[in-house]
Amino acid sequence: MKAPLSWILDHVDVPAGTTTDEITDRLTLTGLKLEAIESAGRDITGPLVIGRVLTMEPEPQKNGKTINWCTVDVGDANGTGEPQGIVCGAHNFKPGDLVATVLPGGVLPGSHGSGPVEIGARKTYGHLSAGMICSAQELGLGDDHDGIIVLPADAGEPGQDVRPVLGLDEETIEFEINPDRAYALSIRGIAREVLVSVEGASNFRDPAVRDTPAANADGHSVVVDDAEGCPVFVARRVTGFDPAAPTPDFMVQRITAAGMRPISLAVDITNYVMLETGRPIHGYDADKLTGAIVVRRARDGERLTTLDGTDRTLDAGDLVVTDDSGIIGLGGVMGGETTEMSGTTTSVLVESAHWDAVSMFRTGRRHKITSEAGKRNERGVDPTICEAAADRVVALLVEHGGGQADPGVTVVGTPPAMPVIDVPGDLAARVSGMPITEEQSIECLRAVGCDVDGSGTLSVTPPPWRPDLTDAQDFSEEVIRLVGYDRVPSVLPTPPSGRGLTRAQQLRRRVGRTLAGDGFVEVVTFPFVGAADLDALGLPADDARRDVLRLSNPLSAEAGSMTTTLLPGLLRAAGKNVGHGNTDVAIFETGTVTLPRHSGPAAILPVDRRPTDEEFAALDAALPAQPLHLAVVASGEATSGGWWGDARPVTWADAVEAVRSVSAALGLEVSVSSADRAPWHPGRCAELSVDGAVIGHAGEVHPTVCQAFGLPKRAVAAEVDLDLLLERAVHLRQAPTFSSYPVAKEDVALVVDTSVPAADVEAALREGAGELLESIRLFDVYTGDQVGEGKKSLAYALRFRALDRTLKEGEAAAARDAAVALAAERTGAVQRA
Amino acid sequence: MSGPNTDYDPVEVTPLKAEQVDAMREAALAAIADATDLDGLKQVRLDHAGDRSPIALANREIGALPPQARKDAGQRIGKARGAINQSLAARQAVLEAEHEERMLAEEGVDVSLPTTRSRRGGRHPLTLQSELIADLFVAMGYEVAEGPVVEAEWLNFDALNLGRDHPARTMQDTFWTEPAENHVVLRTQTSPVQARTMLTRKPPIYVVCPGRVFRTDEYDATHSPMFHQVEGLVVDEGITMAHLKGTLDHFASQLFGDGITTRFRPSYFPFTEPSAEVDVKCFVCRGIDPESCRTCRGEGWIEWGGCGVVNPRVLIACGVDPDVYSGFAFGMGIDRSFMFRHNLEDLRPLFEGDVRFSAAFGSEI
Repeated sequence: MKAPLSWILDHVDVPAGTTTDEITDRLTLTGLKLEAIESAGRDITGPLVIGRVLTMEPEPQKNGKTINWCTVDVGDANGTGEPQGIVCGAHNFKPGDLVATVLPGGVLPGSHGSGPVEIGARKTYGHLSAGMICSAQELGLGDDHDGIIVLPADAGEPGQDVRPVLGLDEETIEFEINPDRAYALSIRGIAREVLVSVEGASNFRDPAVRDTPAANADGHSVVVDDAEGCPVFVARRVTGFDPAAPTPDFMVQRITAAGMRPISLAVDITNYVMLETGRPIHGYDADKLTGAIVVRRARDGERLTTLDGTDRTLDAGDLVVTDDSGIIGLGGVMGGETTEMSGTTTSVLVESAHWDAVSMFRTGRRHKITSEAGKRNERGVDPTICEAAADRVVALLVEHGGGQADPGVTVVGTPPAMPVIDVPGDLAARVSGMPITEEQSIECLRAVGCDVDGSGTLSVTPPPWRPDLTDAQDFSEEVIRLVGYDRVPSVLPTPPSGRGLTRAQQLRRRVGRTLAGDGFVEVVTFPFVGAADLDALGLPADDARRDVLRLSNPLSAEAGSMTTTLLPGLLRAAGKNVGHGNTDVAIFETGTVTLPRHSGPAAILPVDRRPTDEEFAALDAALPAQPLHLAVVASGEATSGGWWGDARPVTWADAVEAVRSVSAALGLEVSVSSADRAPWHPGRCAELSVDGAVIGHAGEVHPTVCQAFGLPKRAVAAEVDLDLLLERAVHLRQAPTFSSYPVAKEDVALVVDTSVPAADVEAALREGAGELLESIRLFDVYTGDQVGEGKKSLAYALRFRALDRTLKEGEAAAARDAAVALAAERTGAVQRA
Repeated sequence: MSGPNTDYDPVEVTPLKAEQVDAMREAALAAIADATDLDGLKQVRLDHAGDRSPIALANREIGALPPQARKDAGQRIGKARGAINQSLAARQAVLEAEHEERMLAEEGVDVSLPTTRSRRGGRHPLTLQSELIADLFVAMGYEVAEGPVVEAEWLNFDALNLGRDHPARTMQDTFWTEPAENHVVLRTQTSPVQARTMLTRKPPIYVVCPGRVFRTDEYDATHSPMFHQVEGLVVDEGITMAHLKGTLDHFASQLFGDGITTRFRPSYFPFTEPSAEVDVKCFVCRGIDPESCRTCRGEGWIEWGGCGVVNPRVLIACGVDPDVYSGFAFGMGIDRSFMFRHNLEDLRPLFEGDVRFSAAFGSEI
């Protein structure tokens, strides 16, 4: 809400010398937050005065222009009292006119981003021009540069400051208005806040307090079918109105300052009264109305073309205003085209009605209409001021438009009564932790307009402009804000002993630290995904990851769903890094993915009680599964080359190792088998399991996928369900036992078909070797002529040791032979000679 | 070579004469002193102290002496050999030390060579900021509560006193999921975690809830459709705004430095009543010279978040008896706090995944 300060001060007095900053500081502390102070003349300094044109000599120039050589009486403002000689290019004035004159030394705001312009005395067109006669544009008052400003004849004496005449000294304060303070969307409300907030403010003059004529039967006939939707409907008429009458300057200035556009006198007056009182008013061209006005709910499918030219299909929840011709307006939100006031309107029917806020909110949302009227009606307007606001409009129409007020006054309905609410007298003290007495509370509540009765438990009736005050606690806020939020003491509460981070929270940190220690950099990406991303991953049509939760209102259709995998975001981030020249990239992300359960709606439960455990469980069941995933992507070199040797490129094994490293940090061991799953290379994809449960996949990214995400070939990736890992993490690790007896080492080389997984060979060796086996390590893999086509040689180093003794001669060899025998049986392995 | 003398009893053997033994010793000592390296010394050892050295040969002759002369000769030889061996050992030590010194000198490297072979990792600064904040509260005895980001409309709005037709619903531009009748949203705030906490725990409740939230804001330098919030909730007997102020003052001083306090301004949130905007004193200019301060832009204060006393309606919907308990709640943007704490003017690097950004923070902020 933008409010010209002079308008506010028309309705409340502040002590002499109170600055604008003092007023806004106080209002900010009591709840009307200052956004900005604007002043049309803030960029103008120096002498800007009223001048009277004494002479003007037109002088045609060689360039085809004609300039006027003028002498201007500026009183004593130039220090000499002599007329000022000024060259002026405009022609829309004559000797005797009063004009806005800037004298040398003055600074104007400049236009079109030129920056401030300092005015001096300069030689031009053969004269010494000492100053300038100003246009509206030059003073920052609009775009009108066609002529200079000619002031009204009674504007003042030459030499006087012209700023007050032009409203250039006006300060406009922009406030941020919270949804609960709809009353402050008016000068009336703001002035009232000044009264209660600013030290020494007094003499509030309520613009909505007027002597209004009593209702009678002579007014326009109005029937309200839906008294709940429209509790009060006031209609007044002005006839003989001059549609060509201009809007007075003060009104144009104030409406403009408030951020609205002046349109025509009748429209401007309704807007002016809305800004002043907070009550939206609608004006009809009375000559276009036929028969009685009826207010009712729309019927599904009815149509209306609103003032903005939009043809709308109405909903049964919309409140409409009708006459014999049909629907003529969307009540409280926007009028219709057929009865719109125009440049020929001479008879105005003024509607000042109170509308149900919820209906206003729904209609505005349904039809996507935001208007100044709707904004106020949906937040709640004082229902008791309909007659006063209508009367104010009528008075202004009569005063400035030359019309006559019709004696007929239609008033249908009565304002709903405000509820009486019990408020404990000590509530403000209990809520704030400040020693606020009941007397203080009562005083504050009365200051904001409440009626207060009783003691101990106060019976409080909020003022009609405060529909937001419904609960006892609401009143405590009113008291506390007036006592002062800045006076709330600072006291630390004493929580009971906490249990610290949960195990899962600690483990998640451990996972992040492990990966960072392994050289991966954490990134955060948006969890939105589109079909193109899933295509780019190469997911088959029936892949479960294509079953995404769609957003109704995504920011972009290309990323219109919640992702089921972290890989698209991570691959894209990796591709971007490569694009930026960071070719060696290793990144990871942990985040939830969204897996739809297609389990039906999440109920809107009542709020006047706790949901039952069943209801609460049903809410959770209605949500998609959201497991926490971990993904890594790497590309380029794992170890760079240098004086120590060659670079080592990232390989599929780095992706598997990243998961192994994380698992080891959680005390878990990963088993690996080969798999074929997008987006991985079909021959270089590992399925990863822990305790028999598949936790995810890792390996080299399919070359086509690399290309799609702007990555070089051989990029690698892994994605695992971190929740599955975390819930299996070893909690209490047992202390190890180990032998101090000598170790016996045995190496074996086994030849197997290339298709045999090394993991199977190792598993057989482990099992066959029995409990004397301390460790096993694959130290070489060989394929080539020496083992033959389709074969590979796996060389293992085995270490044997007993806990309680030195192994006897031949014991280790026997265990080794048993291991080889089982490997031969299980995998067809043949020991190399 | 002479064997044991059994047949006759000569009075003397030439090599065992004192002058002979002295000469052998002197020759040996001179050779030892002349040895310049360990190989040379090894040869000297063979020549002058080995099995075939003159003195060793002379020693064998002792048996040829008459018994009364053997002792003398033996002592003479023994002393000489002792002197030689001692000299050898000393020379050996000297030469070894010289050798080692030379070796070490030769093995010197340029220690200024680069040593970093593999990339360094790092954690995302927002993760670190979240953990830092969580730790501040855990230190006070709070616990960290969590909940899903795809959330039931009822928990995100209705339970928090944001009914269907509440104008404040339009304050938060919500991502809705399909189908609309399922009433499932991307949470617009971490407040549903507060509701979940009250629904699943008995007071006293002291929790913080950091997490991701979503609003339909176009992505630009100061807006993101996804950002991070941390909310706090306390429900206990006798909780007041003063406790809220104390907690936020403590939080501010922990996060931004000693002496950094907060300021409350009246505001409106459906889930709290009274409600306040909380500003934190500018930790750069400390409000002393705000005019030239880029961080607070002349205000002396920085808008930090919202807070208030939990609205009794929220307590009721979440099964907490408002006649027994009261509470406070607060919420701040983690991203926003990070931005002004670390002087980041454009938030987009937080979500672009450029490794240069996260890596700059390593594993601590």
